Amino acid sequence: MAQQPEQPRERVRGREGSPWSGLWAVVAKEMADHLTGMRMRILEILIVLTAVGTVYAATQNLRETVGQDPFILLRLFTTSREPLPAFVGFLGFLVPLIAIALAFDSVNGEFSRRTMSRILAQPIYRDALLLGKFLAGIFTLALVLATIWLLIIGSGMIGLGVPPSGEEVARSLWFLLATIFYGGIWLSVAMLFSIIFRQPATAALASIATWLFFTVFWGILAGVLAPILQPVRYGFPEEILAQAQLELTLTRFSPNTLYTEVMLALLQPTVRSVGLVLPIQLHGAVLGTPLPLSQSVLLVWPQLTGLIAATILLFALGYVLFQRQEIRA
Amino acid sequence: MGELVVETHDLTKKYGDLVAVDKLNLSIRQGEVFGILGPNGSGKTTTILMLLGLTEPTSGSVRVLGLDPARQPLSVKARVGYMPDEVGFYDELSARVNLIYIAKLNSLPRAEAHRRIEEALTRMGLHDVADQPVRTFSRGMRRRLGVAEVLLKRPQLVILDEPTQGLDPEGAREFLNIIRSLKQDGITVLLSSHLLHQVQAVCDRVGLFHRGRMVLEGSVPELAQKVLAGAYHVWLQVEGPEETIREALRQLPGAQDVTREDHNRYRVVASEDLRAEAARAVVQAGGHLLSLGVETPSLDDIYARYFEEVHHGTAT
Repeated sequence: MAQQPEQPRERVRGREGSPWSGLWAVVAKEMADHLTGMRMRILEILIVLTAVGTVYAATQNLRETVGQDPFILLRLFTTSREPLPAFVGFLGFLVPLIAIALAFDSVNGEFSRRTMSRILAQPIYRDALLLGKFLAGIFTLALVLATIWLLIIGSGMIGLGVPPSGEEVARSLWFLLATIFYGGIWLSVAMLFSIIFRQPATAALASIATWLFFTVFWGILAGVLAPILQPVRYGFPEEILAQAQLELTLTRFSPNTLYTEVMLALLQPTVRSVGLVLPIQLHGAVLGTPLPLSQSVLLVWPQLTGLIAATILLFALGYVLFQRQEIRA
Repeated sequence: MGELVVETHDLTKKYGDLVAVDKLNLSIRQGEVFGILGPNGSGKTTTILMLLGLTEPTSGSVRVLGLDPARQPLSVKARVGYMPDEVGFYDELSARVNLIYIAKLNSLPRAEAHRRIEEALTRMGLHDVADQPVRTFSRGMRRRLGVAEVLLKRPQLVILDEPTQGLDPEGAREFLNIIRSLKQDGITVLLSSHLLHQVQAVCDRVGLFHRGRMVLEGSVPELAQKVLAGAYHVWLQVEGPEETIREALRQLPGAQDVTREDHNRYRVVASEDLRAEAARAVVQAGGHLLSLGVETPSLDDIYARYFEEVHHGTAT
């Protein structure tokens, strides 16, 4: 039989249509799932209880100093009273918990429910599905955090009887933004694991293990690694300084460190540096006076962009893996 | 002959060293019900995924409704309905909400979507349970919901992967009727299955898959002709001397094999329908013909015989 000549394949430049068609349908569906799901309700109760408890405790403490502090409302977030830690301390682990809970079964859940091939057989690209799920997670997180933010500011106004100043609102809004992206990192991590592992339980465990590693062990590890990589041989101040600098750099690979630093600078206007400060650098500084907002933001700009960049980077990694994934189990 | 709805040319898919689909040349005409048959792991689902553009072929070309699924996936997926095997839904959502999501993904306008959803639910007999969570649905109801979803698109081609697997006989029968009704609407249907008698009941043509290759293709009688050679089994109930009757049947032109099953029951395997000739021969030989009939070959026989041959072929 004569071989048919190979038909020249007609080339359509790029892909057909928009990669985002169906995106908002996915976002709407996923957000509806998040907001009505039992999982989310439990977390909401948890976080509202935390907010009420810590803010109440903080109000009790702050009553005595009302009028002396120009940033009294910001103190609501950071003031602690034994035995409770401050609200921001709680946020440091509640936000990752919420983010992981929102995303650990986002992709593999579709496989285990056997809905993945059915959804991808609709006229949408995978891009829309993955980005839709991510955006739905971020929006849900933003919604929850914004609600709590309003609750805290509101109850603080009632409890303390002072209206917030423009600067306080601006600072706490920046803080809200930083918190959302801090959640975004853990959302991306959980989503990445939900793409890699087919079992939702494995993905959840892996996410929590990663979080634990950075929260508990990374700081210790940085303390061990710095002297090895940058040993102090002769005891020169430069050597000691370099070692401390390295340790600080290492700890900043952890999103927790970045977030803590951002939080510190934004909520405590008197904080002038989040790194090492030599006495000579403080020459001429009036200690204890607050910095203007723009300077505080500038101070943690690298940390802030780092949080956002890490979110995007992790999402991109998940995106590439998901695009290459075979639909067959 | 209608135009081709599905056309593949030397379609190949490899997973590493494993060749899942090997140089497949498949063509399905418009309005046809085509069955893909084969044991598990013979490349049925991989073929389907390539037709939908959900998996990229390693080599070869695919055309679905004249489009290339790898290049124009959105157009293909907007026109082709697909129901995967063990179709899954969002269990906590109602049937209607599940369909609304799909309608949105297909960018159907709201009013149109609503109309199509009601229509599809009614047609599949799910209208009364439309607002119950899918969690409460039986397997058969889920499959019907799967078809309802497929119908939302008003598809030109419907692909069903193992549509009747795991259904009780009543549910399976019902489902076969659904497939027939799709055909009546002029929709081309491609279904994969390993439940042969069901495939035989609805398919115009079948393709037999084995290790990624389509080893046989055609209508069931054609396949029977190819594989079983003597495709017709004529049975007769005759009273009379055994040897003469046996000899008379053996003399028939086209008879390949004559066996005596019971004391007065004979079976003639022939390449054509020999009932009339057999009756005459028996009577002329002095036998009393009590009854006779012909068994049309079943796909089960073809399938069993084919793989028997394959195994013998590989053994020797």
